[in-house]
Amino acid sequence: MERPIRVLIAKPGLDGHDRGAKVLARAMRDAGMEVVYTGLRQTPQQIVEAAIQEDVDVIGLSCLSGAHNHLFPEVTRLLKEQNATDILVIGGGIIPEEDIPSLKAAGISEIFTPGTPTSVAIDYIKEHVTK
Amino acid sequence: MTTSSTHNQTSWAQRILDGDRRSLAQVISLLENQEQEGFNILKELYPHTGQAHIIGLTGPPGAGKSSLVDRMIQEIRTRGHKVAVVAVDPTSPFTGGAILGDRIRMQRWASDPGVYIRSMGTRGSLGGLAQAVYATVQLLDAAGYPYVLVETVGVGQSEVDIVQVADTVVVVSVPGLGDDVQVSKAGIMEIGDIFAVNKADLPGSQRVIIELESMLDLGSHGNWRPPVIPTVATTNQGVSQLVTAIQDHYAFLKENNLLMEKRLTRQKESVLQRLTERIRKDITELWTKEHGSQIWQDLAAKRIDPYTLEEQLYLNWKGGNTVDKKD
Ligand SMILES: Nc1nc2c(ncn2[C@@H]2O[C@H](COP(=O)(O)OP(=O)(O)OP(=O)(O)O)[C@@H](O)[C@H]2O)c(=O)[nH]1
Ligand SMILES: [Mg+2]
Repeated sequence: MERPIRVLIAKPGLDGHDRGAKVLARAMRDAGMEVVYTGLRQTPQQIVEAAIQEDVDVIGLSCLSGAHNHLFPEVTRLLKEQNATDILVIGGGIIPEEDIPSLKAAGISEIFTPGTPTSVAIDYIKEHVTK
Repeated sequence: MTTSSTHNQTSWAQRILDGDRRSLAQVISLLENQEQEGFNILKELYPHTGQAHIIGLTGPPGAGKSSLVDRMIQEIRTRGHKVAVVAVDPTSPFTGGAILGDRIRMQRWASDPGVYIRSMGTRGSLGGLAQAVYATVQLLDAAGYPYVLVETVGVGQSEVDIVQVADTVVVVSVPGLGDDVQVSKAGIMEIGDIFAVNKADLPGSQRVIIELESMLDLGSHGNWRPPVIPTVATTNQGVSQLVTAIQDHYAFLKENNLLMEKRLTRQKESVLQRLTERIRKDITELWTKEHGSQIWQDLAAKRIDPYTLEEQLYLNWKGGNTVDKKD
């Protein structure tokens, strides 16, 4: 059997909605991935530690609170500190167009704004995870 | 894998002994994927195994196993020890994917350097899961975690044979699932060294306790009578008693020279399973090489019966294998 792609889905920040994250998690499972869901209100440090312990290929960050400009780059910074930049980081949630370039410059590979079908994110992951 | 080519300075084994959690995590993946490289590293680390107390928790879906594990981590940390967790969730047989949701209950320990948590899907391979969990547990043991907790869902065929992995098995029951469903489920009474009745805050828990106690009174247990411990994972009630009972069971195994015996049985089983799997692969390869799909067509057309076919394949394989042996 092919080894499944492992993804960690995390919600940094203080917002309390995770319906979107759960929908995505289910779609990923249905696409044959192993999805570790870590729940709400995670600090970047908790997210990176969990990603390392779980040896995931991808971290999916979802943030609706508007704190993405601080929280997302903090995740990639900590990954760099741990020599774990081979983990692909993608983001989603309510993120204004104008924030996207700086997030990408900080090492977030792709940003999926609301309304993007889950299949787009899944195809992106399948294309970009190299084994 | 890309991981194996990086860091050449120190060996994987040494990095794991040095406490590098990234290396540990990556080697667990190798073992989970049944890659030979993983087993080679485990060979190197094997002298460091045998120190950890392996504790299995099993029980019906939603019984509060993960919540209980979270509280047990807290108790073990308070007592001053490091602890590792392997949490197993079922893989979807249709897609091969899985949602690994146990970690969410334990995530507050993510940044504690004394706690390592790993989620695993059952991945549905024949006896493969028990082997992957077993190998992972040994690696965590060698990495210096004195307690390794293994959570598995106790439902039907996706259940890991937890007995094959753990020194101490905790069976988690809950009230409200209908009487005999859980208690008399085949095998459950036999595998439990300790019975936790979780959600003891809910009505009906007293009845589950009494039922378990009376079942246990009927059974024979050698010198260890499994205790029944009410717990409430949400409030931490009974967790300290549970951890103490787990430690008592370990002491019991050691004092009565049962630990070595138990582990040897497990090691033998592991050798046999791995060997069986290897031979099965070998035979499959041999016959597809020699016959292609012809034998299946013969079978379909009733030119041969399955019993004769099996015999022929075995003799053919055995013949091929004894030729190059000297004896
Ligand atoms: N009332 C009550 N609820 C509890 C207790 N322990 C856990 N729960 C709740 O039960 C639900 C399931 O808890 P989990 O810890 O995820 O159960 P689990 O057995 O690990 O579940 P699976 O891994 O999905 O089989 C959660 O909503 C918990 O908050 C308890 O002692 N009392
Ligand atoms: Mg669980």
